[in-house]
Amino acid sequence: MLHYFLKRLAGAIPTLFIIITVSFFLIHAAPGGPFDTERHMTKEIEANLKRAYHLDESVPQQFLRYLVGLAHGDFGPSFQSKDYTVAELIEGGFPTSLMLGSLAMLLALVAGLSAGIIAAFRQNTGVDYSVMGMSMIGIAVPNFVMAPILTLVFGLWLSVVPVGGWEWANVILPVIALALPQVAAIARLTRGSMLEVLRSNYVRTARAKGLPSRITVMRHAIRAAIIPVVSYLGPAVANIITGSVVIEKIFSIPGIGRYFVQGALNRDYTLVMGVTIFYGVIIILCNLASDLLYGLLDPKVRYD
Amino acid sequence: MVDVRLQDLPRAAIEEVAGRSLWADARHRFLRNKAAVSSVIILALITVACFAGPHLGLRPQDDVNYDMMPAAPPDFAAGYFFGSDSNGRDLFVRTLYGGQVSLTVAVVATFVSLVIGVIWGALSGFIGGRIDGAMMRIVDILYSIPFIFFVIMLTVVFGRYIVLIYFAIGSVSWLDMARIVRGQTLSLKRKEFIEAAHASGVSTWNIVLRHIIPNCLGPVVVYVTLTIPNVILTESFLSFLGMGVQEPQSSWGTLVSEGATVMESAPWMLLPGIVLAVTLLCLNFVGDGMRDALDPKDR
Repeated sequence: MLHYFLKRLAGAIPTLFIIITVSFFLIHAAPGGPFDTERHMTKEIEANLKRAYHLDESVPQQFLRYLVGLAHGDFGPSFQSKDYTVAELIEGGFPTSLMLGSLAMLLALVAGLSAGIIAAFRQNTGVDYSVMGMSMIGIAVPNFVMAPILTLVFGLWLSVVPVGGWEWANVILPVIALALPQVAAIARLTRGSMLEVLRSNYVRTARAKGLPSRITVMRHAIRAAIIPVVSYLGPAVANIITGSVVIEKIFSIPGIGRYFVQGALNRDYTLVMGVTIFYGVIIILCNLASDLLYGLLDPKVRYD
Repeated sequence: MVDVRLQDLPRAAIEEVAGRSLWADARHRFLRNKAAVSSVIILALITVACFAGPHLGLRPQDDVNYDMMPAAPPDFAAGYFFGSDSNGRDLFVRTLYGGQVSLTVAVVATFVSLVIGVIWGALSGFIGGRIDGAMMRIVDILYSIPFIFFVIMLTVVFGRYIVLIYFAIGSVSWLDMARIVRGQTLSLKRKEFIEAAHASGVSTWNIVLRHIIPNCLGPVVVYVTLTIPNVILTESFLSFLGMGVQEPQSSWGTLVSEGATVMESAPWMLLPGIVLAVTLLCLNFVGDGMRDALDPKDR
């Protein structure tokens, strides 16, 4: 197990290196630079600015410099937000993004698992059809369509949640909008695997020996049924991170996702790189965690 | 679904020995799926409306009507079915033009991902050994990359050429396809019926043509139908963030983005979002229907 863990961790290094390399050369290939402004700048000022940020060096040289910085844990200064380093910007935005993301993940797991299990128990009834219909909608309707509709209905027409400002009640709608597609995906996965497990021999045996159905489900069925959901956790985290980019924009939430879009549009090279690497690491770690958890739940999996 | 055919079997076996092909079976199963069939009809209507509609005497998409400015609610008498946007332009016409962009993305990007994915997967599966290992390792690495960030960067790089954005989207959605095709090729290579065909003297070319390709095609077709909604979603996601299609052109994503900013005063401007949602919903139903029809053991 420890061996497997270390091996996977070592395997993450080339992945990370590819993420860094590709994103570095891509963002530097984008037309325009961080200091292109409407105002005309004198040649001297421009040259000084470029020298200060080492933009006068060749791209491979800059790449080496960036790698050395990274090895020392330095993401560099932000090119656009003067006086801030990229690390400071990420530190400032991350708590908000993390809260939003983990609440959405929690909601997705709780709602998705329970909806899936209920649908499996009531297979081919109205309950099943409505859960599956709702989850189809959840998968199909993009969250940037869902978010304005939710705001319109619950914020403006029904006035149950506040629309402006940024306090705890403002978290409700973004979290729901962010979680819905994942709720739907998890519900579908759970229903499918639950149906399979409920028909399996060992569940029939448990029932036959007189175990109440509630205990059969809690002790035996769920454990096997959530395995596909566990392996979906990695992609789910990636989807939530992707979704947070638009959700943070729609609800003007001060998180990291917003920085990325701004950074890409303003050619804030270091900020774009920093966010990509940061989220890359999170996704790699989540995939690793979900694989380890998978092995813990499924005794058939062997680490080698 | 299955027991009906079992009952029919004895008579059918006597009367007609020539079995039904995979595709005839699949068509039969698909046509029975009401949700999938109605989705196909709705999608056909939307496609025809988007591509033919603007030529049927509707006003041009950049036609500014000062009486309908700013955004005015739907007015059927005046021919503004979706109302008008903040600049007094016909929102229905803009939705149709936006649909052209979104549907074109669907075709181009899915085709790109199909070509890359099938070639990568088939090569990996056929060659096998170390090359297979290396090629699949690359796919694994790409899997753990935060894709949307790369698409956004590609969009920034290619910003001025909209077609290249389609390619960018396609070039990041081929991973699943490659895995599916590789898996199929690997398992098919060792199947008994392939061996039997070899033994009975069928030429390699005929084996590939008659057995391997048709057997790969099912999962590929299923996966293509499931890729289309994802691709449309990615494009509208980018346009929503202001990185895809630029004014005066529109895509469903840009229209939703405009609508979201003024929904308080002009909720009808979210109608393009509803059209987008209906399209994606239908595509998902068709994809599910295809999977049930072509890959019944997957259920």
